[in-house]
Amino acid sequence: MKKFERFEGVVAPLDRANVDTDLIIPKQFLKSIKRTGFGVNLFDELRYLDEGEPGQDCSQRPLNPDFVLNKPRYQGAEILLTRRNFGCGSSREHAPWALEDFGFKVVVAPSFADIFYNNAFKNGILLITFDEDTIDRLFDEVEAKEGYRMDVDLENQRVITHRGEILEFEVDEFRKHCLLEGLDDIGLTLKDEDAIRRFEESHRQARPWLFRQPA
Amino acid sequence: MSGQTLYDKLWNQHLVKQRDDGTALIYIDRHMLHEVTSPQAFEGLRLANRKPWRLDTNLATTDHNVPTTLIERSQGNSGIKDPVSLIQVQTLDDNCVEYGITEFGINDPRQGIVHVVGPEQGATLPGMTVVCGDSHTATHGAFGALAHGIGTSEVEHVLATQCLLTQKMKNMQVRVEGELGLGVTAKDVVLAIIGKIGTAGGTGYAIEFAGSAIESLSMEGRMTVCNMAIEAGARVGMIAVDDTTIDYIGNRPYSPTGEQWEAAVADWRNLVSDPDAVFDNVVTLKAEDIEPQVSWGTSPEMVTGISGQVPDPNAAPDETVQRSHTRALEYMGLQANQKITDIKLDKIFIGSCTNARIEDLREAAKVAKGNKIADSIKLAMVVPGSGLVKRQAEEEGLDKIFIDAGFEWREPGCSMCLAMNADKLGAGEHCASTSNRNFEGRQGYGGRTHLVSPAMAAAAAIAGHFVDVRSLPANDATHAQEA
Repeated sequence: MKKFERFEGVVAPLDRANVDTDLIIPKQFLKSIKRTGFGVNLFDELRYLDEGEPGQDCSQRPLNPDFVLNKPRYQGAEILLTRRNFGCGSSREHAPWALEDFGFKVVVAPSFADIFYNNAFKNGILLITFDEDTIDRLFDEVEAKEGYRMDVDLENQRVITHRGEILEFEVDEFRKHCLLEGLDDIGLTLKDEDAIRRFEESHRQARPWLFRQPA
Repeated sequence: MSGQTLYDKLWNQHLVKQRDDGTALIYIDRHMLHEVTSPQAFEGLRLANRKPWRLDTNLATTDHNVPTTLIERSQGNSGIKDPVSLIQVQTLDDNCVEYGITEFGINDPRQGIVHVVGPEQGATLPGMTVVCGDSHTATHGAFGALAHGIGTSEVEHVLATQCLLTQKMKNMQVRVEGELGLGVTAKDVVLAIIGKIGTAGGTGYAIEFAGSAIESLSMEGRMTVCNMAIEAGARVGMIAVDDTTIDYIGNRPYSPTGEQWEAAVADWRNLVSDPDAVFDNVVTLKAEDIEPQVSWGTSPEMVTGISGQVPDPNAAPDETVQRSHTRALEYMGLQANQKITDIKLDKIFIGSCTNARIEDLREAAKVAKGNKIADSIKLAMVVPGSGLVKRQAEEEGLDKIFIDAGFEWREPGCSMCLAMNADKLGAGEHCASTSNRNFEGRQGYGGRTHLVSPAMAAAAAIAGHFVDVRSLPANDATHAQEA
């Protein structure tokens, strides 16, 4: 995983609550056995006017001119501003893979679904939560000002808005650390290999039926 | 000190290490795998030159991509026409062979939807931690197990370390008290719960379902309820162990036997929340208030009773909800205040990890028996949850009832629940579906899903529009028989 560094990026507003992972990346694109290449199909059903199929040349497909990410002013956006319960539904990690592949590094919303929250951080995407009033205000500001940018400073847990306002956010220590250092969870867990083996042995003694195989 | 909840007990029994930063390592007893969320995890292992920690914990099956017609299935993997799907199924087969993981492949009689297969094999036991790269893994919580849906990075993590790196959730109890009415099923209960607490109501919580109406459910019904915990935002749903649980588990391939069985049962009896356990949140529903449910929108919380009507977005509590409702009605092609019974259907889907077990098929068959699907229905399909469910249904003659009524009787798989195979809705088509999600495009591009119970789906197939199963003669007969 790449280290998460402070950056300033364009903000795109997706004004919709309960954006589910089927909407983020529809199922027909989950057939890939790779982790990359999902960006062209991010929000496929909102973004294009036709029905997408895996392996298509998306540059030839008709774009929905009303969809926010197709508007010239939001090209190159790296920060997605959206509404409550973003990422609900399936556990597909293809959702953060698609966001990341498209170029999003940060999603800002009033709340996120649990599994998506985990999956995003494990792929280097920072999820920032602000209360509904702040989110409402940010929507107004972003829509009012073409080229609206935000400076995201994870180290100090704050964003600086286009107007220079400083907004502080919460993030748990472990996730922050992993993002800043670009750390791999598995390597970290395996440092506790001995503790896992000891636990496993006593667990097996206490409840041997959990380890049983069919005859 | 107050007592422990069921979740607290399961957590403590599996806690390997609590870290100062709030994260914890918990040990995983059972890891279920399917073809969609595992290939990148195996690839990750390979790239890092890591091996699975424990092989015998893993159980794999192909379900999401597999075709469901007999003609395709009789050719094994080569019957999969979509070359991309074929690669994915083949990749799981190859990975399982390479690493030595037990897999029920496409032509194995035990193959089926991963959340049907695990419990059916006794591979899901009370007191286990169960994970799978699928959000409906909460299904297994019906057995007093701690079951999480996980992402692909976590699949790789579990393969490599036998642990999940996670944080303890808060405790929520959802109580359903009283007696369920005639024709009201587990599916209606869980849809009513989601309608009440919303799709984010359980976010951050492990939900324990309790109360007399939950206790009265069969294991199939309990699995239906826990299956949809994620539709209320909760990664984990669970139900305490009782006689119903233990009776279901006996004599299954992975279940303990002999002295080990006795010891296990004694241990499982403790898998209940202590009487003085404290929950962070308790929600109570009265069983008598729950009627057969139908979802009208594009989120499982957009649901109402069969006697109800499509809501008017102008009556929504806030602007965000109002916009969601307006958008949902537009997508669904419905009008505000339209009666639910006036919604006409094009297709019927009975299946999925929510409702494709033997009891679900029996309920649907009771309604279908001796009837014919309406002329206006383009396709009505029944997709059993596993090869073993299919076999049992055929032994009971349910296949014949469905076929005589005009349904198609298919081979097991996820099928039109998420339409990764050829089973899908066309744009604008309304479907009465026993699955778990009514998101835009879920069952096919532009498709319109209405979530219902198996009996409601069968009744809608016959009428061509939604009807109240409570008014059907089949229901009276059912109750008379049971009484």
